[in-house]
Amino acid sequence: MALKVLDDKEDTKIIGESWVTTRFEDLEDWAQRNSFWPFPFGTACCAIEFMSTLSSHYDVSRFGSEVVRFSPRQSDVLLVAGTINDKMAPVLKRIYDQMADPKWVISMGACACSGGFYRAYHVMQGIDEIIPVDVYVPGCPPTPEGLIYGILQLKERVSRDRKKFRARQSSDAKLPEEEISDRADARSASL
Amino acid sequence: MPTLAPPLSETGQDLSPLSAAAAVLAKFPAGSITPQEGLDQPTWIVDREILLDLARELRDNPATQFDMMMDLCGVDFPDRSPRFDAVYHLYSVPRGARLRLKVPLDEDQPLPSLIPVWKTANWFERELFDMFGLQVTGHPNLRRLLTHEAFQGHALRKDYDPARRWILTEDKMYQPHFDLPEGGDDLFERMTVNIGPSHPAMHGTFRLMAVLDGETIVASDVEIGYLHRCFEKMSETHTWNQVIPYTDRLNYCSSFINNVGYCRTVEKLLGVEVPPKAVWARTILSEFSRIMDHCVCNGTTLVDAGALSNFWYMFQPREEIYGLLESCCGARLTVSYGRIGGLSQDLPPDFMERSRRLLEIIPPFVSDVEKLVDKNRIWLDRTVGVAAISGAEAVNWGWTGPCLRASGVGYDVRRAHPYDLYDTVDWEVPVLFGGDVYDRYRIRMLEIRESLKIIRQLLDRGMPEGPWITADPHVALPPKEACYNQMESMIYHFKLIMDGIQVPAGEVYSMVEGANGELGFYIISDGTSKPYRNHARGPCFPIFSTFSRLINGGSLSDAIVSLGGLNVIAGELER
Repeated sequence: MALKVLDDKEDTKIIGESWVTTRFEDLEDWAQRNSFWPFPFGTACCAIEFMSTLSSHYDVSRFGSEVVRFSPRQSDVLLVAGTINDKMAPVLKRIYDQMADPKWVISMGACACSGGFYRAYHVMQGIDEIIPVDVYVPGCPPTPEGLIYGILQLKERVSRDRKKFRARQSSDAKLPEEEISDRADARSASL
Repeated sequence: MPTLAPPLSETGQDLSPLSAAAAVLAKFPAGSITPQEGLDQPTWIVDREILLDLARELRDNPATQFDMMMDLCGVDFPDRSPRFDAVYHLYSVPRGARLRLKVPLDEDQPLPSLIPVWKTANWFERELFDMFGLQVTGHPNLRRLLTHEAFQGHALRKDYDPARRWILTEDKMYQPHFDLPEGGDDLFERMTVNIGPSHPAMHGTFRLMAVLDGETIVASDVEIGYLHRCFEKMSETHTWNQVIPYTDRLNYCSSFINNVGYCRTVEKLLGVEVPPKAVWARTILSEFSRIMDHCVCNGTTLVDAGALSNFWYMFQPREEIYGLLESCCGARLTVSYGRIGGLSQDLPPDFMERSRRLLEIIPPFVSDVEKLVDKNRIWLDRTVGVAAISGAEAVNWGWTGPCLRASGVGYDVRRAHPYDLYDTVDWEVPVLFGGDVYDRYRIRMLEIRESLKIIRQLLDRGMPEGPWITADPHVALPPKEACYNQMESMIYHFKLIMDGIQVPAGEVYSMVEGANGELGFYIISDGTSKPYRNHARGPCFPIFSTFSRLINGGSLSDAIVSLGGLNVIAGELER
């Protein structure tokens, strides 16, 4: 059954019940897509809703994302849940940099997306000031359903992003981190 | 355990300890203390020269016994000279009395540090320095507390632009301040460990820097501010009702209690009567929120100690209570259900059934966890006697709430200064005497049961009939039908939407029993549609400032397990 998910790939052949031939990249994509290891960068209210998402009632392990890892080296999705202020910004940046490629970022909640209703002297107006974001989950805080939907949306992106990642590995194109830090410098200068 | 005075009026208007105040006043030079009349609680304007002596006298004089410094905040009056007020709120636990001290001063006039009298003054004075730029003499570590190191200016001054940000880079981040013990071991054996802010045991936002000798913590420093999101400044730029969503996000584990605390304070300034239905619902929902909060606290503490399954058990009651809150107001966590004068909307028709069902659902989960860990050898070994603090010391550090009651001091706002319906129901204030992590866990379990008891009695009494918000058209919007059909209601509606509530000038301090202790709001109004100053006294703030004292001398693993039991909620700690 599980092998059926590779169905849509053109080079995939399912032979009988238990054999499949496919390309290694497709298998890799499939595995990563269905087993995110999120790094929960939870700071505030959203982190409580994230805990609800993890716990029995919503049980995000149904979507393969329950193995939270608090080491950036072991995780592939940075899940930013909560307000990030200017004091926290260097920490978040550092954690993002420490994660191994390919990596994704989910920005959970209004504060992480845009600063929310804290248009204030100490709150960053969205984490995309310093790191790239793949999925924005709106809400203050988002419901667990909202977060799960965000995780499902991210799944859609994995194959595409991994293809880009592979292309990048084989060329010496400029890495997106550097572009982003250039952007952040520009933001700082304009503040 | 100190004997507690019988319940007084909510504001501590019973001035019995202050009838002895004449004796205190006489000890200081004439003119250095001026009582200010006509406020919600006794207030003295104090000359800064005598502040330290006065504080000592107030604490030690058996006639006053102000053993707790509840709160300290600054107020900026740009057009006045001297420009600032440092406002102290004192509390006497044995007498249940309150006293407010105001110290007017200018930027170049330093305050004496009150750390020798009340240890809790440490962080409060740092906050005062951070937010207003007021100097404090005799403070060991007068540095910014909430804002970051690259921040310039002082954010709560009136002339500071609320949206002016400063960028912090990694090289400028906070350097720890250690009070290393003199002499002692070989320094080469020591190692400094940094934990947090992004560390699961630090709950995402605290930073602990510890000097270790082997496994033992010799000295430590705690840094906060990673979730400072400018609640007080935001209050000053929003209308009175717009502040309510911000209060949700103080202690986001039990946001409804914050709503109640804030609304009650403003209602006191306005002199508005809250209808019985709203009072009834506020009491019930506050207790449900308290249960939710205690569930998170105990669940996460047990996770920190490695007992993960309890986390699943403790989160299920929360989900059930979310259902009730969602049916009331549409939101699960940050409810914004309170309004000045009542509630934002009517209770749902099935409120009674839902609440009764919760009374059945919650206890089994609590019992399951108790069965799993109460006598669990590992849990006992890790918590009994760990991070213990005596009642007297906890009071000196400004502790309130379950943590204080676990140290043998039975101070509970609901009992000492009853509000809403707490004096009409039969319940007990659980008190334990160990003062350690285990008792802090136990007391929360006991309080969940007491909360259920309160809710059950109120449900048995039946839902009061009538409106859910006051009919005063200066405070609450008139019903929609009236707005469409009556000229007068439409005008009121227009005025409230365009200008907001006009709160008469004045100042007030009011408190409720939050899930972590006394949640106080000190609000100053200048008669306009926005608060002039809105200071929240988060119960976590003094509790967490004690953290270094609690963990020094213990092992590193004790530090991890003791943080959970304090239930420090960053939103409320840093506001």
